[in-house]
Amino acid sequence: MIGRSVDRLEDDDLLRANTRFVGSLAFEDMLHMHVVRSPYAHARLKTVIIDKAAMAPGVIAVWVGNDIRDLSPIGFRRVPDRDLLQYRQRLMALDELCYVGEPVAIVLATDPYLAEDAGRLVAIDAEILPPVLDCEPGPDSRSEPLLRGRNEIARIEKGYGDIEAAFAAADHKISISCQIARQTAVPMETRGAIAVPHAHAAGFDLYGAAKVPHANRQELARILSLDIDRVVLREGHAGGGFGVRGELYPEDVLVAFAALRLGLPVKWIEDRSEHFLAINHSRDQMIHLDAAVSEAGVIAGLHARLATDQGAYLRTHEIKVSDLSCAFLPGPYRIPAYRATATVHLTNKTPCGTYRAPGRFEATFAMERMIDAIAAALALDPVEVRRRNLISAAEMPFERKIEATGKRVVYDSGDYLQTLETAIEAFDLPELRRAGEERRRGGECVGIGVAMFVEKTDTALHETARLELASDGKIEIVTGTSSLGQGMETALTQIAADGLGLPMDAFRLVRGQTDRIAQSGGTFASRTTLMAGSAIHEASRIFRQKLIEVSAALYGVTTGEVTVHGEGCCIDGRSLDLLQLRAALDTAAPDTQLVAEADFSSGAMACPYGVHIAQVKVDPDDLSVMVEKYHIAYEIGRAVNPDLVRAQLLGGAVQGIGGALMEEISFSADGQPLTTSFAHYVTPRTVDVPAFEILVLEDWPSPTNPLGLKGAGEGGINAAGAAVAAAVEDAFGATIAPRRLPITSKSLFDLLARTDSAHTRASWPARQGSATEWDSHFRNAADDTSSFCRGINPAR
Amino acid sequence: MEDTELHTVSFKLNGAVQVLQVAPRRSLTHVLDQECGMKSARVGCGQGDCGSCTVSVDGVPIRGCLLFAVQADGADIRTAEALADPAMLAAIRKAFKKHRAIQCGYCTPGFMILAEYILRNALPLDQAVQTLSANLCRCTGYSPIVSAVTELLASRAENGCGP
Repeated sequence: MIGRSVDRLEDDDLLRANTRFVGSLAFEDMLHMHVVRSPYAHARLKTVIIDKAAMAPGVIAVWVGNDIRDLSPIGFRRVPDRDLLQYRQRLMALDELCYVGEPVAIVLATDPYLAEDAGRLVAIDAEILPPVLDCEPGPDSRSEPLLRGRNEIARIEKGYGDIEAAFAAADHKISISCQIARQTAVPMETRGAIAVPHAHAAGFDLYGAAKVPHANRQELARILSLDIDRVVLREGHAGGGFGVRGELYPEDVLVAFAALRLGLPVKWIEDRSEHFLAINHSRDQMIHLDAAVSEAGVIAGLHARLATDQGAYLRTHEIKVSDLSCAFLPGPYRIPAYRATATVHLTNKTPCGTYRAPGRFEATFAMERMIDAIAAALALDPVEVRRRNLISAAEMPFERKIEATGKRVVYDSGDYLQTLETAIEAFDLPELRRAGEERRRGGECVGIGVAMFVEKTDTALHETARLELASDGKIEIVTGTSSLGQGMETALTQIAADGLGLPMDAFRLVRGQTDRIAQSGGTFASRTTLMAGSAIHEASRIFRQKLIEVSAALYGVTTGEVTVHGEGCCIDGRSLDLLQLRAALDTAAPDTQLVAEADFSSGAMACPYGVHIAQVKVDPDDLSVMVEKYHIAYEIGRAVNPDLVRAQLLGGAVQGIGGALMEEISFSADGQPLTTSFAHYVTPRTVDVPAFEILVLEDWPSPTNPLGLKGAGEGGINAAGAAVAAAVEDAFGATIAPRRLPITSKSLFDLLARTDSAHTRASWPARQGSATEWDSHFRNAADDTSSFCRGINPAR
Repeated sequence: MEDTELHTVSFKLNGAVQVLQVAPRRSLTHVLDQECGMKSARVGCGQGDCGSCTVSVDGVPIRGCLLFAVQADGADIRTAEALADPAMLAAIRKAFKKHRAIQCGYCTPGFMILAEYILRNALPLDQAVQTLSANLCRCTGYSPIVSAVTELLASRAENGCGP
């Protein structure tokens, strides 16, 4: 079963709308919650006047921050530094409003329309303050105690090797500044939650759960002072996740609080403009790189300085994204000496969290732009510069000598050079380039870009899975991981079917129900197939043994006379399907449970990797960029369902093309969000999609798990920004170097307008420059694309 | 505005006449979902941008979130649960499944409505792609959806129902 592109088990229900999306669920006497949000980016909150709202038709209750001031803010899932806890977001604002969209009050009414009507009657009396909208140091205008005089709240340092010596001995120092705009995932379903209280408000069920139900159960229980088994999270269908959906947000706690307080079910469904204000944003990093490079283009040292605009508060992911950027910036390259400093800044914008390939989309963009800058500066082929810097197969497993969120970064397996050559041959890069050049000579603006990347599949948390024979004769696969549309039910069932040697229809997968299994790490960082799959693989081995033993005992034969076969067992020549076995067990030994549970943990992360090749065409009139062709070669170790892997890569790449060319959350000078609908936050549509060629490679099974798996979820998006930017650069014959995403028509216009002056600009400050000097330059990084190299003109 | 004033609305939903009392400000999507139990009626944005709410009204795909239910009085409404031609519905489901045109499935009913319109009107491929561009999907990267519709158009043409 493993390795076969079987049809998805999920699809029949989805095609028939036999679905459990939270928006369509309803309970008797259910109330509806509306969240009143801050209209100001920054203000001192004086009072919230609720009298009129409380009297409005259908309204049952109105609560403000003061009413729940005893409830703790939502915590971090990992606490990198206790000092950071002070920046957590309260469930509702108390005395300071820190971004447009911050919850100020909740209205509970008998109908969602009436709740929203009443919300408009809530008056916010506040003194407007100037907002902080950039990662700037210096005196801060935000009031105490949230900020301590400046908006830098954390600094991450990573590195290895002798960076000073590397720069001292280098033939060339090459510097670039990159920026990735603020973006977010925008799953098609907005968030939603329904809390259904248990009798006497002893606990509650929460519908609409996704991603990490077990972690959220624990945090909800902590905040609401309940025993953990009184809180049950129930996942139905979720309309996309991509990192943002399923994190624990203030609204999830508020529906539960309201349901417990009122003793009635409470429903909250986010609307799309709320979504743009309230759900985690991401990216929004500036990355400045200095590389010490030999004449041959080999990097001896890399110095990275990053700044992340984190938004107003630290949410569940604290400063993790900046950490991941630092850890994965060196990518597939050897780089003997490395130093990274990331600063995290609070601003008066929506808080940030993770979004598909968090930290890596950004880091790969910067690193690959650097490789291309080296190639341009030294008049080398960008592919050749990659070849000269790649970690070799002989160095695997490769110890990076740094940590990512507290875990050692070790690239588990692979041959990066081999994969690069495979991609070049399979996609015929020489021909792509030749055809591109020919079209450029014919007057078209066409370019080819290559980018490489290393992903990580999270293995930090352990994962439990259970198989049990249910009363209807199906084997239930119970996992706490979550379905976000990726096809995990299919992939995990394939693994169980493979382990037991039974057909897939012998199984039923139960996911995301916290009362069905004690533990789960959840679904993120491409971990589900690897972690839950490995646990299921082990559980199926145990289950198979128990099935044989129980059957043998039941029929008084030896275990040697029982085989797992067909639809169930073959006992001494007699076939018995699972339903018959269950019935026989119920008669003869009703207390016999046929259950197998296994737990999987792995100390080491699995690192899939790959190559993206983009071909773009720029319209000379309006400077719009169209991606014509997109190629991905991806080493996944072992593909449980190759079609589903391809689907992940394709979907991720299109999302990444959106990030490369279209998507940007922007704000006015007074901190008002300007992108609160799909009309303003432009994402790819059918007409924007290129022709795809995808190569799923299984040359290097991961040694970190029994099936050799590596994750599939993020390899499609990871290098998309880098590959598209390189292709745009190539389309202009490397006369411009786009280093800010998204590459819009306007940004290209600006770049082209400055091309003449760009090469004569002042160089970046010296590597050892003071913080102030560096910061003042960094502030201009957004629009600065100058490339500095000793006496060599970056133009080819 | 309050919901004190209810209006009688009557429309045909998937072939069966529905008579409902609705407040004038309720959207068609809200009523199809909450009053009629059509789980394919879903709001993705409520602003007319994403098309997750697309249903067929008098044979034309429309944004259910932008239509008040009272405006649908007398209309013939089809949702993805029961397209007019059951054979075509089965073919669309089969093609979507085969081409991996579904991931989370939230946008799927809207795309099925568009696919049915494209097939029924036998649109040429470029127009079909433009028509599919009306709706947003964040999971699949679209090309599986386009492949599914391309195959459906081709097999329809083969069977003599083409343009």
